[in-house]
Amino acid sequence: MPKQLDKVFIDVEVDASVAADGALAAKLEEVCPVDIFKAAEGGVEVVEGNLDECVLCNLCVDAAPEGAVRVVKLYER
Amino acid sequence: MRFYEFEARKIVELAGIPVTEYGFCTTAEQARKAAETIGGPVVVKSQVLSGGRMKAGGVKFAETPDEAAEHAEAILKLEINGQMPRGVLVDPKAEVKQEYYAGVVWDGTAKRPLMLFSDIGGIDIEEVAEKHPDHVGRGHLSNLLPISDFEAKQTIAATGVTGSQLNRATQVLARLARLFRDNDMILAEINPLAELTDGSFVALDAHMEMENEAVGRQKALLRRQLEIAADDTREPYEPSAFERNVAAIDAADHRGVIQGRDHGFQGNLGLVIGAGGGSLTLTDAVRSQGGKPANYSEIGGNPSVAKACGLAKQVLEKDGVEKIAVMMSIVSNTRVDIVARGVIKACLELGRDPGEAIAIFRIPGAWEEEGFKILERYGVEYCDRSVSIWEAAGRAVAKIQGTPA
Ligand code: SF4
Repeated sequence: MPKQLDKVFIDVEVDASVAADGALAAKLEEVCPVDIFKAAEGGVEVVEGNLDECVLCNLCVDAAPEGAVRVVKLYER
Repeated sequence: MRFYEFEARKIVELAGIPVTEYGFCTTAEQARKAAETIGGPVVVKSQVLSGGRMKAGGVKFAETPDEAAEHAEAILKLEINGQMPRGVLVDPKAEVKQEYYAGVVWDGTAKRPLMLFSDIGGIDIEEVAEKHPDHVGRGHLSNLLPISDFEAKQTIAATGVTGSQLNRATQVLARLARLFRDNDMILAEINPLAELTDGSFVALDAHMEMENEAVGRQKALLRRQLEIAADDTREPYEPSAFERNVAAIDAADHRGVIQGRDHGFQGNLGLVIGAGGGSLTLTDAVRSQGGKPANYSEIGGNPSVAKACGLAKQVLEKDGVEKIAVMMSIVSNTRVDIVARGVIKACLELGRDPGEAIAIFRIPGAWEEEGFKILERYGVEYCDRSVSIWEAAGRAVAKIQGTPA
């Protein structure tokens, strides 16, 4: 099987203070156009396989309390 | 879309042009029965979407139904230019007084249909035009106005045909012209159009090709009258693994569009190209710079990173590919950063250094600043719209040939 690399260009960080918030998790799942968030039992789950599809729309950042979700461009590091 | 001869005959028949009594058969037994019904000597012809049937042994004459069955048996097993026949056509051996040529083609330069007629039939019209130019009549048609018989008559009269032959041939050419336009053909050809010993005109062989884009609106003809299945795409050759894989990647993800072809390509420079019909221009640009493309492709409509990556991987994995050129002709809505991520990811997943594997990246347009940051990070040579596609192609070719641009 050829290897598949994830999280090459983009990472998403969810602050521990909101990570278990079920309502926020549902909201993030709804707003992200490329399915990077999943509302799991324990709260917000980040789908690693979809991270590099991030279109930098910032809808997740706007949907969360200020500073709680950060979209990181790994190529700028 | 191309048609088999038996279908082209049917199209001609539906337009009211006389044809000989023929039978389309898929077994030797059917061929025997068709020959019995016709009575007398027949010709058995392989039904393939390819020229050179006669040379390949796909056309044989038979004096009796038994002989017709024997020939059909052999022809049905005969591969011609990589194609197995769809069946055989059993046709009477007509008593021909004279053979003519009648055709209508799409003139891409004039953007109008062009009628062609010659009083020398049975051979390629190109050959007649070269050796006997005064025996070829030509006449453009309007795309909108009704087609009048006199237009066909003028075209035929230019070849010196007169009298009853002129009147009879006029009916054929005018009907052929109407069927061409009504059915969105790009080629409608009767060759030979035969004048029989009784003075009547019949189509002995016909070739038809429909504009691919029109297939959707010609369902009545294709499905109902010709009974051609929707998935019968008439590809002239079996798709390669590369072509099948690219199509599968495209079908699995609705975002954007990718296409790939490699039939007839054997070069070392893989192409990930597209935008507004730019792929042809870009392929030409690479060729005119002395490069050897390994494939043709199209990418656009804002594909996902996974889709761009999938296409680039397929291209990079092709035999003989040393580097890829990622280029688009014009500014489009396809995001530069997304394609950049896709092609770089393809290199990384295959264990290749993007800076070495990507000869040039020239995609102008949306989010290019972001795209350029990614390309810089991975050491990929890129350029913006201030560099022409011809120059960009030249840089890619120079890199692969190891010469300075
Ligand atoms: S920026 Fe947009 S695409 Fe990226 S993770 Fe947030 S919502 Fe999804």
